[in-house]
Amino acid sequence: MLFFSYFKDLVGQEVTVELKNDLAIRGTLHSVDQYLNIKLENTRVVDQDKYPHMLSVRNCFIRGSVVRYVQLPPDGVDVDLLHDAARREARGG
Amino acid sequence: MATATGLESLVDQIISVITNDGRNIVGVLKGFDQATNIILDESHERVFSTKEGVQQVVLGLYIIRGDNIGVIGELDEELDASLDLSKLRAQPLKPVVH
Repeated sequence: MLFFSYFKDLVGQEVTVELKNDLAIRGTLHSVDQYLNIKLENTRVVDQDKYPHMLSVRNCFIRGSVVRYVQLPPDGVDVDLLHDAARREARGG
Repeated sequence: MATATGLESLVDQIISVITNDGRNIVGVLKGFDQATNIILDESHERVFSTKEGVQQVVLGLYIIRGDNIGVIGELDEELDASLDLSKLRAQPLKPVVH
C-alpha cells in the first residue's frame, strides 16, 4: 500500500515509465491503482525513431506487471518521508 | 479515487494494444474487467518490419487475456490518419521479459 499512496502523491507530475520490453514512455501521471497500473497523459515514446509503434497515442494505460522502472522528477521524492513510512511498515504498524 | 484508473473512459473508443509478445493490435474496446481482460471489436494487427511498410492483418472480434497485455493506448484518430503506415518501418517490439 505504501507505494500506491506514494504514486498517488505524484499524480500530475511528469514521469518516464520504462517497460520490460525496453520501451520507455514519458508523460504526465494521470492515475494509479492498487495493482500499480499507470495512466499517462500527453505521452511520447522516448526513442520515437526506433519505436514508432505508438505515434498516434497520446493517452495510455500501462499494466503494472510490465513496468520495470518509473523515473521520477528529482523533487518528486521526499526520501526522509519514504524512509520513515517504510520503517513503520516494516515494524508492522 | 477521484481519477479513475479503469478503462471506462476508453469504452467504444479505438485503442492500440501492445501485447507481451510484442504484437500491436488496434480495435474498438467493447469491454474489460478487473484483470484487464479486454474485448476488442473490428480489430486488426499492425505488423511492423524493417523490410516493408506496416502490414495490417484483419482479426475481427477478439478477447485478449489481461496477463498478456502490456500497454493500452487511446488512438488519436486524427493523428493516426496523418500517418503513412506504408512508409513506416521499424523493428517489431521485443517481447516482455519478466
